[in-house]
Amino acid sequence: MNIPEAAITAILGYVVVFFGLALLMAVIVIVGKVMVSASKKSAAATAYAPAAPAPAAQSPAAPGSAGSVSLYDVPDKEAAMLMAIVADQIGKPLNELRFKSIKEVK
Amino acid sequence: MDILATLSKLAADSGFSGFFAEGGWKNLIMIAVACVLLYLGIGKKFEPLLLVGIAFGMLLTNIPGGGLYHMELWDAFLAGEVGYGDILHDGGLLDILYIGVKAGVYPCLIFIGVGAMTDFGPLIARPSSLILGAAAQLGVFLAFFGAICLGFSGPEGASIGIIGGADGPTAIYLTGLLAPHLLGPIAIAAYSYMALIPMIQPPLMRLLTTEKERSVKMEQARAVSKREKIIFPIVVAVFVILLIPSTAPLIGCLMFGNLLRETGVTERLSDTAQNALMNIVTLFLGISVGATTVASRFLSLETIKIIALGLIAFALSTIGGLLIGKVMYKLSGGKINPLIGSAGVSAVPMAARVSQVEGQKANPANFLLMHAMGPNVAGVIGSAIAAGFLLAVFGA
Repeated sequence: MNIPEAAITAILGYVVVFFGLALLMAVIVIVGKVMVSASKKSAAATAYAPAAPAPAAQSPAAPGSAGSVSLYDVPDKEAAMLMAIVADQIGKPLNELRFKSIKEVK
Repeated sequence: MDILATLSKLAADSGFSGFFAEGGWKNLIMIAVACVLLYLGIGKKFEPLLLVGIAFGMLLTNIPGGGLYHMELWDAFLAGEVGYGDILHDGGLLDILYIGVKAGVYPCLIFIGVGAMTDFGPLIARPSSLILGAAAQLGVFLAFFGAICLGFSGPEGASIGIIGGADGPTAIYLTGLLAPHLLGPIAIAAYSYMALIPMIQPPLMRLLTTEKERSVKMEQARAVSKREKIIFPIVVAVFVILLIPSTAPLIGCLMFGNLLRETGVTERLSDTAQNALMNIVTLFLGISVGATTVASRFLSLETIKIIALGLIAFALSTIGGLLIGKVMYKLSGGKINPLIGSAGVSAVPMAARVSQVEGQKANPANFLLMHAMGPNVAGVIGSAIAAGFLLAVFGA
């Protein structure tokens, strides 16, 4: 391959990459617009749909999640962290545990 | 039994005697080079996942008498004198592993893993990123032109140029098909410069952009729905392969991997592609590419030219991305930070991280990473298209 041929190939190659990706950009923009308008339409349809029946009474909280925990000299954040650690250590979901009180031992 | 004759035969058959044979000193140099690359990979953590494998392959292939890789067998294969069956029959371990490189299997499998690991969301949210990905292929074609000017053939020039795409699997794939005799130096140049991106790009970024441009805070892109992410790989695969059919293996595998990631129903496959498959193929690819660095071929002026052209290709690709980034900055009324242009070279996510770091130096409140990921993943598609073009021009 001689140098002028190489120059033409290089320019052509760069143009092809640009052209190909510009076309791909156009395709993605079109697909994106179609998707966005379709999701807007479905959102609008949901908004105009007859009101859904009132939800049934709220299901009772999981056993053990109700109630409150008494904190003695322990900030809320620390208490939350401690409860999360305990739940993790014993391998039980937090809503299945009941914490009655947390007290800092001085 | 003649003990002296036996000892003499053992000495003559040992690898040590190979160092004293004609050209044996070259093997010693290559072993030293392999140790330097191992140091860079292990000590400096330069692309260690591949560089360690390549360096160890280099070490093994240059130990005289090892018989793991036979360059003459592959030369005969390229001349059409032997086939894969002969290589399986007569070749060593690394010859057999190298079949995956020569047949273009490993780079494509790696692309499945890359696709499974890549989030194209930033690109879908801002499709203009594709223009930056295209701009950053400038180095590919200028280095190709430079290689021809330096006396390389068309296929060799194409393989050298693709280093500028900053995409290792693409470089290996194209070189394995067009100029397999240059695979060693090209793979080493590609992965070394990818590791050096944090050193190569920042000076160019600071040189070509102003403080004001670098400190631009970009607006958050729109949210991308799951459905869009699922449709994206299908659309890209169909469109790009129709446009340039020779990109089918690379783009097809990249988009297949991405579809596995996004469907949400193939999590096991996506996990395998991202981890187990990727790791296994990386092992085979690294060591078999390293095996091609046989001293008698690697230690040549050509290798020095390739290393130099590779660096130029990387720099020019960065410049191409930055210049179009500046154009987009102007056209958008200063809303696009031109630093994301340099991420158009497809070294994912290293180039995007460099954009983030440089942007934050100019403005500590700047978070460019996600904005730079768009051009970054666009660069992967761009370099695959560039490789497809070169394959269409120079392929058999």
